[in-house]
Amino acid sequence: MIPELGHFALILALCLALVQAGFGLAGAFWRREDWMAVTRPAVAGHFVFVALAFGCLVASFVANDFSLHYVAMNSNSALPTFYRVAAVWGAHEGSLLLWIVVLAAWTLAVAIFSRGLPTPFGARVLAVLGLISAGFMTFTLATSNPFLRLMPAAADGNDLNPLLQDFALAIHPPILYTGYVGLAVAFSFAIAAMLEGRLDQHWARWTRPWTTVAWMFLTIGIALGSWWAYYELGWGGWWFWDPVENASFMPWLIATALIHSLAVTEKRGLFKSWTLLLAILGFSLSLLGTFLVRSGVLTSVHAFATDPARGLFVLIFLFLSIGGALALYAWRAPKLGSSSGFEMWSRESFLLFNNILLVVAAGLILFGTLYPIFVEWLQLPKVSIGAPWFTWAFLAPMLPLIALLGFGMHAAWKHARMAQHKKPLLIGLGLALLAAIVIAVAVFGSAAVLTIVGLTAGLWLLYSSLRDPIARMRRGHSLSPSVLGMAIAHFGVGLFVIGVTGVESYKIQKDMPMRPGDVAEVGGYQFAFRGLRNVNGPNYVAVEGEFRVTRGDREIATLHPQKRMYRVQQGAMTEAGISVGWTRDLFVALGEDLGAGAWSVRVQYKPLIRYIWLGALIMALGGIVATTDRRYRTVKASEPVSQGAGAPAGGVAT
Amino acid sequence: MTPRRKRLLIVAAVLAGVSVAAALAVQAFRDNMMLFFDPSQVIAGEAPRDRVFRVGGMVTQGSVTRAPGSLEVRFVVTDFRHSVPISYSGLLPDLFREGQGIVARGRLNESGVFVAEEVLAKHDENYMPPEVAESLKRDAKAAPGSGAP
Repeated sequence: MIPELGHFALILALCLALVQAGFGLAGAFWRREDWMAVTRPAVAGHFVFVALAFGCLVASFVANDFSLHYVAMNSNSALPTFYRVAAVWGAHEGSLLLWIVVLAAWTLAVAIFSRGLPTPFGARVLAVLGLISAGFMTFTLATSNPFLRLMPAAADGNDLNPLLQDFALAIHPPILYTGYVGLAVAFSFAIAAMLEGRLDQHWARWTRPWTTVAWMFLTIGIALGSWWAYYELGWGGWWFWDPVENASFMPWLIATALIHSLAVTEKRGLFKSWTLLLAILGFSLSLLGTFLVRSGVLTSVHAFATDPARGLFVLIFLFLSIGGALALYAWRAPKLGSSSGFEMWSRESFLLFNNILLVVAAGLILFGTLYPIFVEWLQLPKVSIGAPWFTWAFLAPMLPLIALLGFGMHAAWKHARMAQHKKPLLIGLGLALLAAIVIAVAVFGSAAVLTIVGLTAGLWLLYSSLRDPIARMRRGHSLSPSVLGMAIAHFGVGLFVIGVTGVESYKIQKDMPMRPGDVAEVGGYQFAFRGLRNVNGPNYVAVEGEFRVTRGDREIATLHPQKRMYRVQQGAMTEAGISVGWTRDLFVALGEDLGAGAWSVRVQYKPLIRYIWLGALIMALGGIVATTDRRYRTVKASEPVSQGAGAPAGGVAT
Repeated sequence: MTPRRKRLLIVAAVLAGVSVAAALAVQAFRDNMMLFFDPSQVIAGEAPRDRVFRVGGMVTQGSVTRAPGSLEVRFVVTDFRHSVPISYSGLLPDLFREGQGIVARGRLNESGVFVAEEVLAKHDENYMPPEVAESLKRDAKAAPGSGAP
């Protein structure tokens, strides 16, 4: 009964999304206030029914309803309740439903907080969001319905993939999707502006907080995925340039470019068509990512079941939405030109470089990701692109970007007088270089060129992002949340750069056979293998090793890495034992029983790795702070809102 | 220097920078492009001897051997027509087992053993790397009807 209710609710939601899209677009076109007034209630209904459908699927999972095919494939009665809920998005069908529910939530938020927008514009934004949602719901109902019954019902379920039975991965998809799907809001604002044929600084002000919030979720989502890969895959790497990682990272790069170009559009009315293009590209790459993950064209940890019908559908959807948006762009963008100019030394030109470099990085990564697919399509010999290429393709544009960042933060709009900042910034750069050399030589005992460059850049970023806020506070000036947010986010970038440099320069990894009683020495730490014992979990059995870690006489930690065997899927899983620290992680993973009493063991020393994720979280924090800026709260329409003049002007735009 | 010459110089410098960057990008791309071969192609000598490539197939039942207590492991991958012996020293992925599709990255040594630097098995019970699935499918189609010697 519950699954049928969910199925029915999803169909109703699809109808309401079509109503929302149809009345929004037609109403705005023919200026019919009564038609446009339909969109908001339609959005509310759309959200309620999508949430109901999602709730029904969650309820089926919690109640262990194995008469549902999707539940039987992805859950088990022995699975803890928390993971039963997480299992909802553990595979293709449910994660699509999650995508739809997240989109409905964003749409509802737009409907609630954008009352200050001119009515036709708001109606168009909601209509475009409705169209996207309708596309995804049609896809789900036609090819990937999670509410299909299994006849006869299964006695018990197949269990959730053991890799996904983990806290970080349980919350990774919802957060990542919130970011992914959030880019649909910027996309809809862009489409609506092009349909209106008018784009002013107010438009940028409305779009900015939504984009920043989406970017923030994307940042946290990607960081969570990276953290999970580090401890759960048992490999100890934090980024693999896996195609699906790239699929989430490319929208992030474009979104990062977009929040910067939106700043220029808002403050100076420049880069208008470029900003529109970025808004379209960002969401297009989200869709492309979905296509890459869902269609099975990619070899990846994340790739779900292969089904040509699904791939084709997503491809058509991709073609229609991206093609349509770009066609509209080609038609309308030339009319939205900017009039004013700027000088060589100005914040505008720094942000222009920022945008170019970020887009180049995204383009190179896109090329490397799609090249193997393209080659296969041409029936040429199969190839894959190695991680070193991606590292190179990313570093080459990022190093100049970081170098420019420190100066760019201090450049004024329009015409910057850099002379007053030049001296302190160069002194800061010198100090950062000195500190980098001291850290590299005195602490880690070796100094490669790239290590020094990375540490210097990171430290200099920390310094230059703090310099301006501190100077303002000293002078007794108030600090606006946007300035503070920018400083915090760039401070996070600095921490991230330091973390990456530290771990990539000084990590030590040793794979070796060890017997109980053996001691391994890695990175100045002694890892004593004390023995093994058996452990019983709720749905797995495990062998657990005990490693005592010491440094000379000092006791550091006792680590308990596990090798788990999940009962239902009979899959082995490595749970690493990790000692977390501000300066380093110590990482022990059990491989397999090698016979003769020995186990293969991976021991790793990972200096500064925590700053990678800490940096990402601080970047996201900067985003939150920036969106609390007061000017986003008093959203004022550029034209008098003819109807509903009494509408509260204070839609909180976050 | 006249402004005109200055502008020319800037344009030339930008052009030079872009071409150097493009050349480096192409070079880096070539260096990191790894070809995939199935065991039959390796046996037929189509795979390069002097550079890293990837080979994939099913791990043959009963082929995994190791000296007790050592990280050195040897196994055989097959596409059900030909087989390639692989040697690897290190931690095998959790889903590595006999009968599972894997992809190995490495190079061939003089005696025709593929020395792997990395072995990948995919994290899904029903999963087979697309390359492997396709080459197995092709063989299944070719094998019964073709009447090849």
